[in-house]
Amino acid sequence: MDKIARIDMGAPGGPKVTVGGLGEYAGLGGRAMTSLVVAAEVHPLAHPLGAENKLVIAPGMLSGTTGSMTGRLSVGCKSPLTGTIKESNAGGQAAQVLARLGYAAVILEGKPEGDDLYKIIINKDGIQVIVDNSLKLLDNYPLVEKLRAEYGDKVAYMSIGSAGERKLLAASIACTDPELRPTRHCGRGGVGAVMGAKRVKAIIIDDAGMKMRPPKDPDKYRDANRKFVEGLRKHPVTGEGLPAYGTNVLTNVLNEAGGYPSYNFKDGQFAGSNNLSGETQAALEIQRGGLATHGCHRGCVIQCSGVYNDKDGHYLTKQPEYETVWSHGGHCGIDDLDTVAHLDFLDDNIGVDTIEMGVTIGVAMDAGIIEFGDKAGAIRLVEEVQKGTPLGRVLGSGAAITGKVFGVERVPVVKDQALPAYDPRPIQGIGVTYATTTQGADHTAGYAIATNILKVGGDVDPLKPEGQVELSRNLQIATAAIDSTGMCLFIAFAIMDQPETFQALLDMLGSFHGITMTGDDVVALGKKVLSAERDFNTRAGFTKHHDRLPRFFYNEPVAPHNQVFSVPDEELDTLFNW
Amino acid sequence: MNITVKLFATFRTGRFVTQECEYPEGTTVASIVETLGIPENDLGIMLVNSRHVALNHKLSNGDTLAIFPLLGGG
Repeated sequence: MDKIARIDMGAPGGPKVTVGGLGEYAGLGGRAMTSLVVAAEVHPLAHPLGAENKLVIAPGMLSGTTGSMTGRLSVGCKSPLTGTIKESNAGGQAAQVLARLGYAAVILEGKPEGDDLYKIIINKDGIQVIVDNSLKLLDNYPLVEKLRAEYGDKVAYMSIGSAGERKLLAASIACTDPELRPTRHCGRGGVGAVMGAKRVKAIIIDDAGMKMRPPKDPDKYRDANRKFVEGLRKHPVTGEGLPAYGTNVLTNVLNEAGGYPSYNFKDGQFAGSNNLSGETQAALEIQRGGLATHGCHRGCVIQCSGVYNDKDGHYLTKQPEYETVWSHGGHCGIDDLDTVAHLDFLDDNIGVDTIEMGVTIGVAMDAGIIEFGDKAGAIRLVEEVQKGTPLGRVLGSGAAITGKVFGVERVPVVKDQALPAYDPRPIQGIGVTYATTTQGADHTAGYAIATNILKVGGDVDPLKPEGQVELSRNLQIATAAIDSTGMCLFIAFAIMDQPETFQALLDMLGSFHGITMTGDDVVALGKKVLSAERDFNTRAGFTKHHDRLPRFFYNEPVAPHNQVFSVPDEELDTLFNW
Repeated sequence: MNITVKLFATFRTGRFVTQECEYPEGTTVASIVETLGIPENDLGIMLVNSRHVALNHKLSNGDTLAIFPLLGGG
């Protein structure tokens, strides 16, 4: 990865590709690359859908190597949903393939005049940008099917559905999995709308003729990777729970702990949770001839995904994640996995973030557009998004917009991004992350659930405000670093509990680059990324008053713990003090 | 006293999902875990009435005890 490609979509006479060296971005990958480029090069007051914004696509530092779990792809820009800096990452094949072609980043710049729609082909011979108006308003599944007829199955596809073309604020960017299904999404923050604004419909990445990226010290890298894989296989979370049940194993945990937000955050438990649980889902997938264990990219040893078939045994969608099952399930008062799976397929196909879309449907239910629990109604609303009707455009622009349009007071967002599947009142640590992260409400930015609820990597009482800011700070720093390596964040469960597995990760990073990596280096990397993101947000007009949860979390206690969020504002304001 | 025990994920294999049982006064979480044949090393979290508890926690009549292996997701 010794080059950066810049594609000026607005160049006079048509899109212009320039390939250059790494310059000041040498050594960066993933989130570190996307955030440092956006912070340095995008005007903080730029309109996110304008020519001044950039869409930075970056494989992780170890992507494209023989290292396992290294398949995360980061996409960064100024977010049209939040107005903050944004990094959204996904699995799938794209990161590995792009990295093997030598690109540390592909940056989409500018904005073309007119209505033409483009596809970008990246292969060993270079980069081509081609007009293809036959792709207009195709959703992701038919789009990839059409592209496969031309470019085959030995490539990776990144694409936007109709939502991205319409520049809806919940629009995602899809990456294909090993079976060429567009199921792995850079979901959060409307990154698909930025790609749509640049009129790029699809990126076809073909690494034919390229080799794995070679480590500086191959023997040490191989040895470190072996120890790393051993560590992941022996930890109960990464070696047993996630492979067997997927992320949705959390439905029962959060429901039992009273932190499962239901009926748009009116209750902390849901009577229909067992019907939605990971245990139920895995059994159903196996019974219908699907898969309860599946990797989203080659080289994954955790295999937390799966294949969800319909009642007739036909592929319906990939195994819906916990947050998806929650947002379309308990949050909407729906306890039917087939409905959730249908909605997951629609979201992937249209190209919208499953968290934002599901939370928005719940807000629409609170507005009385349909009743809580209305399964057919929920599907109908997402189909409105697909059709691009005025109602669909409102819903596809997320929970904050929908709440405003329909006069709803209880709108669970921070910086206009929807809260995920964990109530911050009985789980105060995740509330700190929601409030303070540079990304708008986001659980992955500092996953305090691990320590508050699951008791992995330590134990901090979820019901008390004490210790939560320090916990969230440390998790946010570690996450920013992991998001830069190309590693899946789920490795954190094993490296937090097993020092030897953390050391193996450090040795992988060190031996690949021919240096020695320490824990302090990882912390420094995380802080560097967060500081750049925070600085961008400050210049974009964000203050400490934006680092707060919606007022109802401070005013309305939620059962069964009957608590409100109680971490003091002054403490939240110290999160980035280092 | 009457206790509802709920098991999750791999702990259900060869056991049960939910069971109501009579236990003597003073029964601890540890003794129920032992009765169920769950090795301590496999334990993740235990919740009584939605609150985290330790193994030496003494149960009361009408409690719901949920026992999980170490789990993660997100």
